[in-house]
Amino acid sequence: MRSNVFELVRTLVAVFLSLLIVFIFIVIVSKDPVRAYRLFLIGPFARISRLAEWLNQSIPLLFAGLAVAIVFQANQFSIGAEGQFLIGALGATMVALSFPEVDVIHLLVAILAGMLCGALWGVIPGLLSAYGLKEGDNLGVLVVSLMMNFIGFYTAYYTINNHFRDIYAGFMASPFIPSTSYLPFLSARYRINGGLVIAFIIAGLVWYFLYRTKWGYEIRMVGTNIGFASFNGINVKRVIIYSNVISAAVAGLAGAIEVTGLHHRYLWQSMPGYGFDGVIIALIARNNPALVPLSALFVAYLRTGGRVMERGSDVSAEMAMVLESIIVLLVTAEALLNLWQRKRLKRKVSQR
Amino acid sequence: MLQAALWGVLVSARTGSAWIGLLTGVVSAMGIAALLGYFHLRLRSDLILTGIALNIFCSGSTVLFLYLFTGNKGISSGVKSLVLPRCDIPGIANIPILGEIVSGHNVLTYVAFVSVLIAYYMLYKTPYGLRLRAVGEHPQAAASVGIRVNRVKMVALLLSGFFAGFGGVFLSMGYVSWFGRGMTAGRGFIGLVAETLGGRSAFGALWGSLVFGFTEAFAATAQAFRIPAEFANAIPYIAAIVAFVAYANRRRHSTR
Amino acid sequence: MCGITKVYPNGVVANRNINLNVEKGEIHALLGENGAGKSTLMKILYGIERADAGKIFLEGKEVHIASPLDAIRLKIGMVHQEFMLIPSLSVAENCVLGIEPRRGLSIDRSKAIELTERFGAEFGLPVSHNEIVAELPVGMRQRVEILKVLLRGAELLILDEPTAVLTPLETEELFAALKTLVTRGKTIIFVTHKLKEVKQLADRFTVLRDGSNVGNGLVSEVSEAELVRMMVGRAIEVDVYKKRTTKPGAEVLTVKGVFYIRDGRNVLQNVSFKVRSGEIVAIAGVEGNGQAELVDILVGLRKATRGKIFLNDKEYTNAPPKEIRSQGVACIPADRIGRGVAMRASIEENLIADRYFKREFSRWWGLNKKAIREHAKNLMHVFAIRAIAPSTLVGSLSGGNIQRVVVARELSAGPQLLIADQPTRGLDVAATKFVRQRLIDERDRGAAILLVSTDLEEIMQLADRIIVMYKGSIVAHFADIESVTPELLGQYMLGVERQSEKEAEGAWNC
Repeated sequence: MRSNVFELVRTLVAVFLSLLIVFIFIVIVSKDPVRAYRLFLIGPFARISRLAEWLNQSIPLLFAGLAVAIVFQANQFSIGAEGQFLIGALGATMVALSFPEVDVIHLLVAILAGMLCGALWGVIPGLLSAYGLKEGDNLGVLVVSLMMNFIGFYTAYYTINNHFRDIYAGFMASPFIPSTSYLPFLSARYRINGGLVIAFIIAGLVWYFLYRTKWGYEIRMVGTNIGFASFNGINVKRVIIYSNVISAAVAGLAGAIEVTGLHHRYLWQSMPGYGFDGVIIALIARNNPALVPLSALFVAYLRTGGRVMERGSDVSAEMAMVLESIIVLLVTAEALLNLWQRKRLKRKVSQR
Repeated sequence: MLQAALWGVLVSARTGSAWIGLLTGVVSAMGIAALLGYFHLRLRSDLILTGIALNIFCSGSTVLFLYLFTGNKGISSGVKSLVLPRCDIPGIANIPILGEIVSGHNVLTYVAFVSVLIAYYMLYKTPYGLRLRAVGEHPQAAASVGIRVNRVKMVALLLSGFFAGFGGVFLSMGYVSWFGRGMTAGRGFIGLVAETLGGRSAFGALWGSLVFGFTEAFAATAQAFRIPAEFANAIPYIAAIVAFVAYANRRRHSTR
Repeated sequence: MCGITKVYPNGVVANRNINLNVEKGEIHALLGENGAGKSTLMKILYGIERADAGKIFLEGKEVHIASPLDAIRLKIGMVHQEFMLIPSLSVAENCVLGIEPRRGLSIDRSKAIELTERFGAEFGLPVSHNEIVAELPVGMRQRVEILKVLLRGAELLILDEPTAVLTPLETEELFAALKTLVTRGKTIIFVTHKLKEVKQLADRFTVLRDGSNVGNGLVSEVSEAELVRMMVGRAIEVDVYKKRTTKPGAEVLTVKGVFYIRDGRNVLQNVSFKVRSGEIVAIAGVEGNGQAELVDILVGLRKATRGKIFLNDKEYTNAPPKEIRSQGVACIPADRIGRGVAMRASIEENLIADRYFKREFSRWWGLNKKAIREHAKNLMHVFAIRAIAPSTLVGSLSGGNIQRVVVARELSAGPQLLIADQPTRGLDVAATKFVRQRLIDERDRGAAILLVSTDLEEIMQLADRIIVMYKGSIVAHFADIESVTPELLGQYMLGVERQSEKEAEGAWNC
């Protein structure tokens, strides 16, 4: 049987191999590969502003990873976190702009509005995959959730552009929200988003939810064997719906936190890609919410490193994306490291 | 598609031949398909997750190479890339209206329609097509008569990369004359919906694609109907969801 | 085949030093009970499995068969128990799959059709080439399957339990065809556990038991009784279970006029019966005669098209599974891996699947880990589940222990009605005995038990009453099981005999 230690080793080996492959990539494309690689790997630590960038970057990724982990635990291949994030950000912005400026309450209402809007956006794919698609149609869930991302993006874009646009901004963005709806910075000087604390708390809550409550138990049982779940009386359709909705609420919360904690306005002119990011992070964390923060910090670190490398050398930041995708490839390649495990098993059998 | 779109542009600019660009683009798409095949078939990774990973790989690496060769991370406007020629069909080109509609399109447009015939022939008339369908429906049965299931699957993946490659090259060397990051905008997935909608057959895929082509064209002209551009842009995606769910339900009712 | 040994990764020895000698032009019966190792041996011969030891000789030369491709090249063909046909393709397409005649780049369709028809005529297996396999009856599909093998030039044909799915008439047609094949010089290995067929068809036989060779010879020189003794073996005593001593109590389950219609076909047709407290009612039947659908309806996983179901006079027709379970229905499902357990979850998680929401395990703030663990430890002790800890993943357990997990959960629910669907299929002797004894204990406790089984021996041992299902209908009911023999049941199961409606109504009016 697979032990957790083995899984950890597997992931670490995959990460290590990917770093190696990416180094080869850099050697090919760069005139000064060693410098580029060094910037990539240790760049984020060189300045506090970079550390702040890293932490800020990791917050939406952490939420996205949690959102994906929840639906993946229910074996729902949904990457809808991105649309839910944007709709959450939209909801928070709209409420923050229209709600009376009362301390604390203003902020709370804005964040809750973001969560709620995100959750509502998750109701649609939830209902569709419970009633619209065939049981276990992973591809259907994937396609529907992806389309929902595009639709969410355009919906938010339309709303901001036509109803909440700041005409003085040089680009498509909402006006700044009132300061009573600001989430306090961890460090105002380096603009470190206070949402980091919330993200860690939510990670703990999601872990508790999945592993220590009956709803989480239902999600995991549906995810591991749908026939088993329905045979034992678990209402599978209900579980599919609420796993989608809860995941969407987490993604919506992420949007609200980006708005209230960092940007203080809605400013997404293109799709941020959090859906796929969430998949990467959840996968590296093996869908375990307790490991998602680590994995999100890791991915955010790579991204920050990528940008540092881009600023200081001739290799562009997208190298981080390439690295992430290679990690995912290697992590999902069952046979690659199982070879070793199978050999061990064979030895065991022959000893008997 | 992204790889094909990028390499088509880059190589055509470097070699001065749009055709070599096309070839490189298609080959690069097949290379990605081969990777997918290797990871899924040999290393037994999950097909969907590997697909996602390769999508990310492509959106990252295309920007990486774009930056490397052009110094620009958004679009390839700095490169003098070529466009595949338009094609006038003799005889029809001069007929009013009909000539305007049917003739004078990019050569790849015609290739696309011919591809439907080729794919149809391949799927239903050749030994390979028969084996491919057998493998898809009942792999154990196919294996029991000595068909090498993984080899058939690999070839299928390569062929799908081949056709996707043409799609990518068309985007950057036919539709427009530059490469832009993420310029496929989910078209791979839309293609998946078109194919499902068309009942997984070559001509079905044609109809499905025409439906989506229509929604996109409609989106482009929607402002004339006083529909906001953002909503118009979302139409193909909404159509995709509706189509996909409707199709899944139709199948469910007919099989039960 | 010489000294074949095969050990599966889970440690099961499927074949132990087996010798099999088949002569050219004969029909050789390979006999043995379920799990005796027949299928494994044949899979080795056809290159699907690899032997850990032993050699295979063909016409005196040693051969190595690593894949079906090798087997086909050596002119060995196999007709599998589950048909290896592509449902959506036509007969001719299935026949030439992998060896398509070509014309240029295309398949030569007319050649393919001609080949199919010519071979069909030559070997007395007429088929209509353009029909879609999915629309053919089972007997016809099998014919296509045999034809497919012949088209590949097979000289040695392996047929793995070919009659299991056939009607008596189809069986006769098959036997006639097989005899024709032998006269054309083909050799046939006929895998079966039915003695009558061996006597009827085969020239020589080999008997396997528990993965070992226990006998071989000429069919004409042995009696059926001798064959039985070889198959079952003297060493294994037949377990005797205590019969019911008390009179059954009140009606617990009442099924009244249930129909289930799928694709316009009656899968269940007017099924009515009762099960009382303190009795075991067995449903006998060849697999696929509506039993699985009936069980699904009884536990709420499928909706009956018509009819009513009562538990203690309270109707629960088409209620959701959770509600049905809360009324006191439990079920040991036939599909252990697909429904009975979650392989990637722990034993303790598996054991609370139907009760995790109860107060003792779940309060409003979360699951009570300690109670769940105690619950698991307790059940592991009572039901002798051998595992390191409650947190062990079920997927790492042996088949017998997996079934113990299922039985532990379902019986510890204290059901009023227990449905046991193929409860001992594929289990080893000890686990089988354990499960059967538990069913008896439950009966004596006062539960109503509905046993669905294709294993006649099991039915004879456990049942107090027997219902026979054929094509979705109840075709026989026996209240006095002393008068019943397996042969008699077999007649009804295969649709050869059918009780009058009045007699069969005994299931309802008992």
